[in-house]
Amino acid sequence: MPRKTYIAAINEALMEEMRRDKNVFLMGEDVRLGVFAGTRGLHAEFGDRRVIDSPISELGVAGAGVGAAATGLRPIIDLMFGSFLYLALDQIANQAGAMRYMFGGQATLPIVYMTQNGGGIGAGPHHSQPVHPFFMNMPLIKVVTPSTPYDVKGLLKAAIRDDNPVVFLNQLTLGGRRGEVPDEEYVIPLGQGDIKREGSDVTICTAGLMVHHSLKAAETLAKEGIEVEVVDLRTLSPWDETLVLESVAKTGRFVAVDESYPTCGAASEWAATVAEKAFSHLKAPVQRVTNKPVPMPASPLLEKAVIPSSDEIVAAVKKTL
Amino acid sequence: MSVSDISIDKILDIYTRVLRIRRFEEQVALLFSQGQLPGLVHLYIGEEAVGAGVCAALRDDDYIVSTHRGHGHVIAKGGDMDRMMAELMAKSTGYCKGKGGSQHIADFEIGMLGACGIVGGGIPVAVGAGLSAYYRGTDQVAVTFFGDGAANEGSFHESLNLASAMKLPVLFVCENNQYGEFTPAETVMNIKDIADRAKGYGIPGIIANGVDPLKMYTVAAEAVARARAGEGPTLIEAKTHRRGDHAEGEGAFLAGQTYRSEAERKAAQERDPLLHLHNYIAENDLIPMERLESLDQEVIEAVAHSVDFARSSPEPEIESLFEDTWV
Ligand SMILES: Cc1ncc(C[n+]2csc(CCOP(=O)(O)OP(=O)(O)O)c2C)c(N)n1
Ligand SMILES: [Mg+2]
Repeated sequence: MPRKTYIAAINEALMEEMRRDKNVFLMGEDVRLGVFAGTRGLHAEFGDRRVIDSPISELGVAGAGVGAAATGLRPIIDLMFGSFLYLALDQIANQAGAMRYMFGGQATLPIVYMTQNGGGIGAGPHHSQPVHPFFMNMPLIKVVTPSTPYDVKGLLKAAIRDDNPVVFLNQLTLGGRRGEVPDEEYVIPLGQGDIKREGSDVTICTAGLMVHHSLKAAETLAKEGIEVEVVDLRTLSPWDETLVLESVAKTGRFVAVDESYPTCGAASEWAATVAEKAFSHLKAPVQRVTNKPVPMPASPLLEKAVIPSSDEIVAAVKKTL
Repeated sequence: MSVSDISIDKILDIYTRVLRIRRFEEQVALLFSQGQLPGLVHLYIGEEAVGAGVCAALRDDDYIVSTHRGHGHVIAKGGDMDRMMAELMAKSTGYCKGKGGSQHIADFEIGMLGACGIVGGGIPVAVGAGLSAYYRGTDQVAVTFFGDGAANEGSFHESLNLASAMKLPVLFVCENNQYGEFTPAETVMNIKDIADRAKGYGIPGIIANGVDPLKMYTVAAEAVARARAGEGPTLIEAKTHRRGDHAEGEGAFLAGQTYRSEAERKAAQERDPLLHLHNYIAENDLIPMERLESLDQEVIEAVAHSVDFARSSPEPEIESLFEDTWV
């Protein structure tokens, strides 16, 4: 199977879906040139009408996406960095997230809000905050955060075809990572997790970049005879509860690893659900490994200390044994 | 006030500010190209006239709020190069103890309320500082610098309206370098002059030559006088140029694509604020050239010192992660 980068896989997904459906269009800052390469080359093929360089107006652009979607189009809105989604929150929460329900089902809103989530580039808090818990907290917004080139392509295609608003969170530091991506068409349904490593002793539930930190931790632990199962949720909302609960039923131990804050973070939700629904299987208290609760510092040294490391994951797994 | 009314002392002051910014930024460019600076770095070269001219019209107790392209504003307001360079290298002796980096330098002691990685994010903050001056009954003013791109953010419009409705002492200084990243301003707004937007808020909108430090000074001085007198905000649009990359190392993002012609880039280089002022001083024989040369030496040494200071400073301690949290 051909090996491609994460960012190339994003590019392929956009290209294929825009060819497939003429109502799909892309709007965002510098999407023509493609600051992160994911949107590069689209303008050459699809032109000004379908690849729109927007003003720096996140709120306006996010809301224009709502109006365009409500009237039959399938916008993909590129908002560059996760922290910029804070500027668009009103339209995503109050319009995209509520319209269909409050209007009694009249609106269908097939929008994708695409951005880079999380830290790792030493650019400080305004470019590096993890934002996914905000959107997990909005009942009718789907949230996706893929960890591999294969997943990012299949999930992005599914997100574009989905009739609901989807916040699609790529990870900048994964952009250059290579993996197998078939040339043939495939789509990965939203809401399905994936077991990235099988194991019988402890379940780790995670997503995005943390999948890789968790796999590294699992390798370390395997050398000590501890077999960790790594569940990559891929979609954070709605999330694959069944897959996680089945894994916990097998292992009896649970560690939630998430690149966001401890309070009301993704790990809080996973840990609470396991405690609530798999209590009888648990042989030890659930553990959470999360970002330290501070805004993302610019210093690469400090930034690294904020984000969960594989050492911290190893330590959390051992606490369950 | 016209340029010919500016005292020689003031001209030297403005020249020094421009020069300090230029030499600092040249050093930063070099360090970045050598891989010695983390994060995203946006240089002010070509735009020095704006920060230098405006800040020369301010008092020490006035406020400024800056942007992602903020090094020049800090220096123009009297910031310390050592602590700036240390911040750029993410050292514990930096202005923000390594937590801010290039896009988030602040020095509250000199009224520099911070650079800002969110485009348009600083504009409302300056309005708040102006509100505070009004509330406390001082005659301080607040200046917000922002780009042409930021003028398309809601925060710009809401801030202009709020400040004008309350007649707050705020200068809105738009640094129109004609691009937001790689997007030409003209493709994302249906007007030529951002100053026109002032009309919609009932305040003066002034177009200024953003490569002429002395013109910038005179325009700012008038707006400051209005603000101090309680006559409300002014929108100043400085027509200027970004000399180099949007962010250092933009070639890596562009991967061979171009967004402005060689001719345009060249023209931007020729409209150079430092050269402009240097020529003006020489042509009018205002300051001996030897004085300018020795000043350049002093500035170059100060910049070199900042690099030594930053390099020899310690990294932040991991424990500092939890400092400066709750008061
Ligand atoms: C809210 C927000 N949106 C997008 C960006 C990404 N970005 C950084 S600088 C920039 C261009 C800003 O253009 P302008 O305001 O003209 O300032 P300039 O860089 O030209 O000085 C953009 C889009 C950002 N930092 N913040
Ligand atoms: Mg600009």
